[in-house]
Amino acid sequence: MQFFTDTHYNIVDKRKMGYILSGILILLSIISLILHGGPKYNIDFTGGTLLQLKFEKDVSIQDIRSAIASLGMKDAEIKHFGAKNEVAIRVGSEFDLETISHNVEDAIRKAMPDNAFEEQRTEKVGPKVGHELIIDAFLAIFWSMILILFYIMWRFEFRFSVGAIAALVHDVTITIGLFSLLDIEISAPIIAAVLTIVGYSLNDTIVVFDRIRENLKASSKRSSDIVEIVNRSINETLSRTIMTSTTTLLVVIILYFFGGEVLRTFALALIIGIVIGTYSSIFIASPIVIDWKFKKA
Amino acid sequence: MNIARYYGNSERREEEDVLQYLYTQSEEAVDRSLEILRNRVDQFGVSEPTIQKQGNSRIIVELAGVTNPKRVRELIGKTALLEFKLLKDPEVTSNVAIKINKFIASKIAPEDTSSQLKDEKKDTTSTALEELFAEQKQPKAGTTATGEDSTGSLFEANLFFQDPRDRSTLLVPADKENKFKRIISLPEIKKIIAEEAGSAQFLWGSKKVANGDYLQVFLVNKKQELTGEYIVDARPQTGSPNDPASMGKYEVSLTFSDEGSRVFARVTGANIQKRLAIILDQRVVLAPTLQAKITSGRARITGMDTFEDAKDLSIVLKAGALPAPVRIIEERTVGPSLGHDSIVAGSYSAFLGLLVVMFFMVLYYKGSGFIADLALVLNIVFIMAVMASLGATLTLPGIAGIILTIGMAVDANVLIFERVREELRKGKTIRASLDQGYGKAFITIMDANVTTFIAGLVLYTYGTGPIKGFAVTLMIGIAASMFTAIFVSRVIFNLILENTRIKKLSI
Repeated sequence: MQFFTDTHYNIVDKRKMGYILSGILILLSIISLILHGGPKYNIDFTGGTLLQLKFEKDVSIQDIRSAIASLGMKDAEIKHFGAKNEVAIRVGSEFDLETISHNVEDAIRKAMPDNAFEEQRTEKVGPKVGHELIIDAFLAIFWSMILILFYIMWRFEFRFSVGAIAALVHDVTITIGLFSLLDIEISAPIIAAVLTIVGYSLNDTIVVFDRIRENLKASSKRSSDIVEIVNRSINETLSRTIMTSTTTLLVVIILYFFGGEVLRTFALALIIGIVIGTYSSIFIASPIVIDWKFKKA
Repeated sequence: MNIARYYGNSERREEEDVLQYLYTQSEEAVDRSLEILRNRVDQFGVSEPTIQKQGNSRIIVELAGVTNPKRVRELIGKTALLEFKLLKDPEVTSNVAIKINKFIASKIAPEDTSSQLKDEKKDTTSTALEELFAEQKQPKAGTTATGEDSTGSLFEANLFFQDPRDRSTLLVPADKENKFKRIISLPEIKKIIAEEAGSAQFLWGSKKVANGDYLQVFLVNKKQELTGEYIVDARPQTGSPNDPASMGKYEVSLTFSDEGSRVFARVTGANIQKRLAIILDQRVVLAPTLQAKITSGRARITGMDTFEDAKDLSIVLKAGALPAPVRIIEERTVGPSLGHDSIVAGSYSAFLGLLVVMFFMVLYYKGSGFIADLALVLNIVFIMAVMASLGATLTLPGIAGIILTIGMAVDANVLIFERVREELRKGKTIRASLDQGYGKAFITIMDANVTTFIAGLVLYTYGTGPIKGFAVTLMIGIAASMFTAIFVSRVIFNLILENTRIKKLSI
């Protein structure tokens, strides 16, 4: 069984469409981020306390809210977590974990005596820690980009790094932007997912670059050939790109459906990232290599 | 502010030296705290705890299988500074109390003084107190044990009493705790204390008494007669049936070092019939009367309600006091059922993912796909083995990392096989195609995987806890997948080529 062998898609010619589509997506992302005032951080970054409780029977968010109303926790956020009998309660971090869990659980027990529950998970993150984590996350993304920039400059040429970094920034922005559009919280594991996507998308991009480099060496370097060479390189590697993305995607999709609630958003981040990352390797990174050169020339 | 003045002695220290000294002290404090925490946790008996320094001033403690997080929290958070200080004589305490009362009375605004003058206090309220002590079951109407009285002005009467049974002890109603605290920190009060009692301070008792309604306050010497660093052993035990105070309860038996025993003997000998307060973390646990000179170098802290209390106290005393206070800034607990469910879900998806990928590989690359699958399984075994030998903890993101690696491990093989197919299409022999395929693909595999590895490395450096776990599995996974794809599958191919006569490569 073979797909995508001996393809002759003229991708490079169609790159304008790619730029436009990406431009739209990036614009949407930025708008959403601005409207929401930045990414929606969870307690890992904002600090706070989280209690996850699993009840015997289904509960409504309203029930919980009225149960703990007397405790005077103004900004309590209550959500269902997965099924209707599991809730996650999130409050600010002025209270210490033990007091909160104790008070909240008591209040709930009193209000709903016939619905037993179990504490699944508790988390408390001090505000300073959360703030530091945001800084660390940015630094992590920043440094990985820098290191990668230099690595590619070393292995290829400068314009290749431009293409690669452009594709990466594109991927990260759209992934976080989509999360913002879908109103999903960003936690520390999501940042980990984003970094993984950085590495993974790069993986793809480099495979294509590698082929371009090889083909360039094998022919004369007249600029009119560049377009043809890049196009050919993309087509030659298409089979591999699709294959790898598909297998990885398969695995991550399985993770999304079967991996449990805790991993679900993590898997979603990876899915978005892999799809966008593959797309960017084909339609963004390589065309930029061409266009950048023309700009310079 | 000239810091040197606080820390310098007869030599004139430069401010920089002092700052340097302080920095070193604080760094050492973290290291010492690490050791002390490690000791405490070890004695607590959790299997395979992880205790690590993070940065300059943070310590991460990970404990698996703990059923009572509250106990752990206390165990870790306790500064455990143990001090022994002498109580001031009852007459001195009385004088100070009277003077403070006078001061408060003088501050009470006129409209509050309707029914509250000091004569009333001595008679009626002290009998009320005795009733209170006599009948322990009667809860005081209208006060909640934990409620705080923040109404009204700071100064009111009835803010504290002398314990009718024990003139060295003052009692403060639990809901007046903060008010009393603020009053005794006023400069006028400090002056009263200095005049009447010399070098002294107020310390709170560690337990609520009389049905949880009152707190004890003691007036003690500021001087430490002895500290916890002289303790070499601390053991929990059941109370002695001979001693009515400790019968039915639990206690901690302390053993002092040689030096400590000498000091202890001197202190106990010189202060017979006086009371020595045993103070833990600035709270008075006990203040027994010294009956005789104690030369044995032993003491007991009695009156604990459960064995666990005694055990935890002995752990903390034995491992030593923390040189600096510890604050818990981040805490996560995962309940056993969620932990279990997550492991099940994670493993299940990993397994399912593996099967799907393997099936797909065979579908697309036929026989060669099967070889790639063998390499893939070996890959996973390697990852598990490396993680086990490193003693790395497998976190939930770590499982995700492995799952991701499964998808990407295939990539190296895909690269190779696509190349081989290409060469075969060009008409080369099987052997030549394999050689070319592996050769050309190698560079690409290196480049591509190295960049993902870099991303993993950065994650490892900046990540904490579970993210670090993810980064570790990612990096190990990449290394292992490169190895198995390049060497293992090649070896298998070579074996097949040498031992059979294939006309067509199943790829």
